[in-house]
Amino acid sequence: MKRKISDLLLNYSLYIVLGIMILAVIIHDPSFISFKNITNILSQASTRGILALGVAGLIVLQGTDLSAGRILGLTAIISASLLQSVNYASRMYPSLPQLPLFLPLIIAVIVGAIFGAINGFGVSKLHLHAFIVTLGTQLIAYGLSAIYIDRPPLGAQPIANFDERYVDFVTGYFKVGNLEIPYLIFYLAIIALIMWFIWNKTTLGKNMFAIGGNPEAAAVSGVNLFKNIMAIYIISGILYGIAGFLEAGRVGSATSNTGINYELDAISACVVGGVSFSGGVGTIPGVIIGTIILQFINYGLNFVGISPYYQYIIKGLIIILAVSIDVRKYLVKK
Amino acid sequence: MVDIVKEFPGVLALDKAKLEVRPGTVHSLMGENGAGKSTLMKCLFGVYLEDGGSIFINGEKVNFKNSKQALESGVAMVHQELNQVMKQTVMDNIWLGRFPLKAGIINSKKMYEDTLAIFKELELDIKPDSEIHKLSVSQRQMVEIAKAYSYNAKILVLDEPTSSLTESEVEKLFEIIDKLKNKGCGIIYISHKMEEILRISDDVTIMRDGKWIATEKAENLDMDKIIKLMVGRDMTNRFPDKLNKPGDVIMEVNNLTSYYAPGITDVSFDLRKGEILGVAGLVGAGRTELLETLFGVKKIKTGTVKLHSRFVVNSSPQNAIRNGFALLTEERRATGIFGGLSIKFNSVISNLKNYSRYGMLDDSKMSEDTEWVINSMNVKTPGQKTKIKTLSGGNQQKVILGRWLLTSPEILMLDEPTRGIDVGAKYEIYQLILELAKKDKAVIMVSSEMTELLGICDRILVMSNGRCAGILDNDEKITQEEILRLASKYI
Repeated sequence: MKRKISDLLLNYSLYIVLGIMILAVIIHDPSFISFKNITNILSQASTRGILALGVAGLIVLQGTDLSAGRILGLTAIISASLLQSVNYASRMYPSLPQLPLFLPLIIAVIVGAIFGAINGFGVSKLHLHAFIVTLGTQLIAYGLSAIYIDRPPLGAQPIANFDERYVDFVTGYFKVGNLEIPYLIFYLAIIALIMWFIWNKTTLGKNMFAIGGNPEAAAVSGVNLFKNIMAIYIISGILYGIAGFLEAGRVGSATSNTGINYELDAISACVVGGVSFSGGVGTIPGVIIGTIILQFINYGLNFVGISPYYQYIIKGLIIILAVSIDVRKYLVKK
Repeated sequence: MVDIVKEFPGVLALDKAKLEVRPGTVHSLMGENGAGKSTLMKCLFGVYLEDGGSIFINGEKVNFKNSKQALESGVAMVHQELNQVMKQTVMDNIWLGRFPLKAGIINSKKMYEDTLAIFKELELDIKPDSEIHKLSVSQRQMVEIAKAYSYNAKILVLDEPTSSLTESEVEKLFEIIDKLKNKGCGIIYISHKMEEILRISDDVTIMRDGKWIATEKAENLDMDKIIKLMVGRDMTNRFPDKLNKPGDVIMEVNNLTSYYAPGITDVSFDLRKGEILGVAGLVGAGRTELLETLFGVKKIKTGTVKLHSRFVVNSSPQNAIRNGFALLTEERRATGIFGGLSIKFNSVISNLKNYSRYGMLDDSKMSEDTEWVINSMNVKTPGQKTKIKTLSGGNQQKVILGRWLLTSPEILMLDEPTRGIDVGAKYEIYQLILELAKKDKAVIMVSSEMTELLGICDRILVMSNGRCAGILDNDEKITQEEILRLASKYI
């Protein structure tokens, strides 16, 4: 019994530590817990959450994705360039008419899907380690962003001054009485719901867990590894595209640095949310909770004015703690 | 299957092998390890693509490119290695690759009910929604068999299905096989256990070196005939002569109990110089755990171990090796060999400190010792640099045995030393073990093959449910029944 309690404490130590941190922030400054702050945190978490939902599937497949952030960056730039306000003089495409909103979104999604397909092909057909192939596409995506945004002789310029409809679509909110609930939170919720459905209610989802848990078993049970792995990678790319489209609108501008290191945040969110690097284990609510907790810590630490340098150290420790607990769960005691 | 040829780099695994299975019969496939039985089945099941020959089912030529096509054409297979997704549920595993759908959505309710119906039909007491890793090995095996059964296949391949089953489960498997036979299913049965083969087979095909040797009616065969066909020569004596003489007591084990389950409880015995102590018991009786506890892999809760009348505490394998213990592990592929590395590396890896001079490893000394391993263990290999995974199981085992002998142990513990090794190589391993005992090493040998224990051990310790159920002197009088009775003493 005693051991059980200590085991329980250990297994949940991450959440306990994170809970204490959030509590400390609240005690330090009770005004932290305001509706405004919470919706801020959630809408900041939205694009990262969507990214993390994409990466999570790949981690379940025993893979990973280093290209997620850069793909988000590329799709953000593309969306941004197509949605600058027509009244803005130094637009990237001065003669571009006002486009319907969904067109740039679809282009972003297609670009993301192509990158996802390349990653998936590398993993399932060329049998590259996901780390390697996504390291490659990370660099390629960055190169493409830099070329795309580069306008000689002016050089690279941040793309800003967006079409109002776009700004409203991304940063708008519902008003319930005095409370403002950002659309972004709904977008995240809808995508999480769809992903939950795919993971739990479709053959693709079940196959994903099977391949991640034991690829050989899946193969001899008649699962087509190539098709399923491709599908999961393409879905991840689609999510990066959506996240890119939203991220440019959320931040209000896009540069070749948009999305830098986001993949690491996404991977951390998955890990904190209990997606196991050994494959075959993970849940959508876990990923969402992981994302929100990390965002809470981020926001909270900023709120009480802790230097960003310390924040890096804290985040690093959180990731190490998360994984050491995850490993412990599957360790057989001898 | 006619004239099947399969070539791997450097090896002709199948050389015009053939097999003809009649519907409604059990056709056993026999042969030493490496004879090509599993390879032939993998060609049938679409895991490997054959390089030559053709496969016909009901007179129709088929050419499966993957397992999915094979399954769809009515060929199902229970694989030798349990291919299961450990973190998923039983029913997820059974319906993997063919989940029942309702409007594109997985119908979990139907999955659950269908699984339950199959388990009921087969009289299995397993919950469809429990996770695979929570089941015992034998339950997992039964799930695999139930899965194969559920395909309603025309041809069912069972590759070593009984390796981890208990007696009663084996009976259940035979009932299932009977049911399938009556349905007109043709069953291909691969096993090393001759008693089983002779009992359930209608036909037996024997293979050797990737070639078809003979197909006979089972009633015209007996054990000696099969062995003769398998090894291609008479094997009048399956065990070498015992020439070792047990001497003084070298190790005393008193009331040894391990900390974590599954483990051992209150085990006491002593071990003599030059003695081979066999350890018998059912799967899960704690035989491996006994060795692991002695070797410092498992934590000791209470009890003592005395070596040369002095207490020793093996708190870790490093410690145990320093104290003169050696452990040859059960799962050769998982915890024994470094497959992608050379025979040299595999020979010297446990003994590195003896080659180290000023922090540098003495290469010529390592080569010398590797040469000793190859020669004294009679390892058949092209050279020291050969990757160990390209050797046969028997030769791999000899290298590992040599590895441990290089550490000059006093207590040599062997966990299933002949598992998955063919009859000829087994004889050589027995010879080596007896040779070692003759040179005053004390040997503890765990084995699931009782004939083997009776063949070469001086005494046999029977484990039952983590406890020592008795220690028998291996004279002419003890029987397999007696061992079995002891093995179920604490269950």
